[in-house]
Amino acid sequence: MAEVLVLVEHVDGNVKKVTYELLTLARRIGEPAAVFVGNGADAAVPGLAEHGAATVYVADAPELTAHPVAPKAEVLAKLVAEKAPAAVLVASTAEGKEVGARLAIRSGSGIITDAVDVDADATATQSVFGGATIVKSKVATGTPIITVRTNSVAPEAAPAAGARVAVSVELSSAATAAKVVDRVEQAKGGRPDLAEAAVVVSGGRGVGGADGFGVIEALADSLGAAVGASRAATDAGWYPHQFQVGQTGKTVAPQLYIANGISGAIQHRAGMQTSKTVVVVNKDPEAPIFELADFGVVGDLFQVVPQLTEEITKRKG
Amino acid sequence: MREVDSETMKIVVCVKQVPDSWAEKTLRPSDNTLDRESVDAVMNELDEYAVEEALRLQEAQGGEVVVLSMGPSQATDTIRKALSMGADAGVHVVDDGLHGSDAVATSLALAKAIEAQGADLVIFGSESTDARMSVVPAMVAERLGLPQLTFSSSVAVDGGTVRTNRVTEYGYDVVEAPLPALVSVVEKINEPRYPSFKGIMAAKKKPVQTLGLADLGVAAGEVGLGAAWSVVAEAAARPPKAKGTIVADDGSGGVAIADYLSAQKFI
Repeated sequence: MAEVLVLVEHVDGNVKKVTYELLTLARRIGEPAAVFVGNGADAAVPGLAEHGAATVYVADAPELTAHPVAPKAEVLAKLVAEKAPAAVLVASTAEGKEVGARLAIRSGSGIITDAVDVDADATATQSVFGGATIVKSKVATGTPIITVRTNSVAPEAAPAAGARVAVSVELSSAATAAKVVDRVEQAKGGRPDLAEAAVVVSGGRGVGGADGFGVIEALADSLGAAVGASRAATDAGWYPHQFQVGQTGKTVAPQLYIANGISGAIQHRAGMQTSKTVVVVNKDPEAPIFELADFGVVGDLFQVVPQLTEEITKRKG
Repeated sequence: MREVDSETMKIVVCVKQVPDSWAEKTLRPSDNTLDRESVDAVMNELDEYAVEEALRLQEAQGGEVVVLSMGPSQATDTIRKALSMGADAGVHVVDDGLHGSDAVATSLALAKAIEAQGADLVIFGSESTDARMSVVPAMVAERLGLPQLTFSSSVAVDGGTVRTNRVTEYGYDVVEAPLPALVSVVEKINEPRYPSFKGIMAAKKKPVQTLGLADLGVAAGEVGLGAAWSVVAEAAARPPKAKGTIVADDGSGGVAIADYLSAQKFI
């Protein structure tokens, strides 16, 4: 059975959930092989094996993390050339898509980004135009390179050997020309990452101002959720831009999305339409966001949201 | 590495014409490509930041700004807009053979056009609001062997070196590379200027070069729908969502939501 390469998303060996999702999808196509680039492989290998990686290719030379994007693409390109895998799966993060892009050119392969599902024959399902259209695509040339969105599938345990194989690669001069000279971490508080969160609580124009986001944050914290905002709210400066959900912001597909005071312009729907369950609070019964609601309340969010937060806190005891 | 005199630095900004991001978009039933005729076309919003950043770099240290766009004939409107903002000249890659090109083919045509320009710095927006793949800048960098400094929230050029802050999940990386190099900029890196009346008038006299596939040395079989390395097998409108339960707040709306969330096992 042909291998399916899965690029591991991790921070110093702390593997992100999306990697286990990719391994779960990879099993449908062939034998999953994880590709680990960077430090911390010792910590990562057991979890990767637990989720189905028969092999874990480890490339841990320090120079691989001293340059952005290109080294990961060159490690994968070497493995694609040597192992002729059935497909390569990469998380559909900003960096993951760029790694896939470079790999596509380097290996002469087609690429499909932002898949929400992958079949056994490497047909990828995409949800485009803000979720309004569902497209099934196949790579026609080279090795299928597919970037897959977080939360596309529930990760399943499927213990495998997790045999560790060291990989070394001689980087091209183009790869090493751009150098990471500093890494700056910015505090982002205790909330989960917006793109990865299982629950997202968002506020829009109806929140009325920066102060109004207090009730949105309180609800989010009662559910352990990430906070999002519509473009109207971020453009007005009520909430930081990096939390914008929509066509020009982040695309999220959580289990639960709670939209508060958001009318639901296409601009916003494009970023959240594929959420599994949508709850809406809006005082305008005609707001288009209600078309997406599984459950909605027509009312003043400053009445409804604090009551909901209190009720959740009470029920969670 | 080419010696770069900042006075003569040549910046090529790549822009794309897209359907207005506030409009509903559909695929053409005939070939599953984006229906570009039924909606208003505008400059990709995220490319406005790229144009603005190029103009600011030029204002800081001189040089020339060339705007490059690949697209059908009406994409000249988008090139004119960049010229009216202040870019010096335009290059329009246009050829019927390009219709339906995927990202791989697009990156080939753009790379050839950039190479012909001899750019010291190439600037892209971080994604287009229609395809939203965010892969073309990385593909062009790979093709041209240029250092890639993408997703930049700040860009500074000092002599022959470019330094950017690359937005990451945890904050940002400071990335440095020698010119020539390729940069993409994120939304909100700056406040794009509106074209002034004077700018709009001046833009009418600025040169726009038109290049076809033959001019770029690209064979017809390398681009277009027939050459796509990934193909759409089928496309369908998402089935409409079953109508949810909507209630008016009678003073216990918050409790009603909590009941719903409990029933769905979220709490």
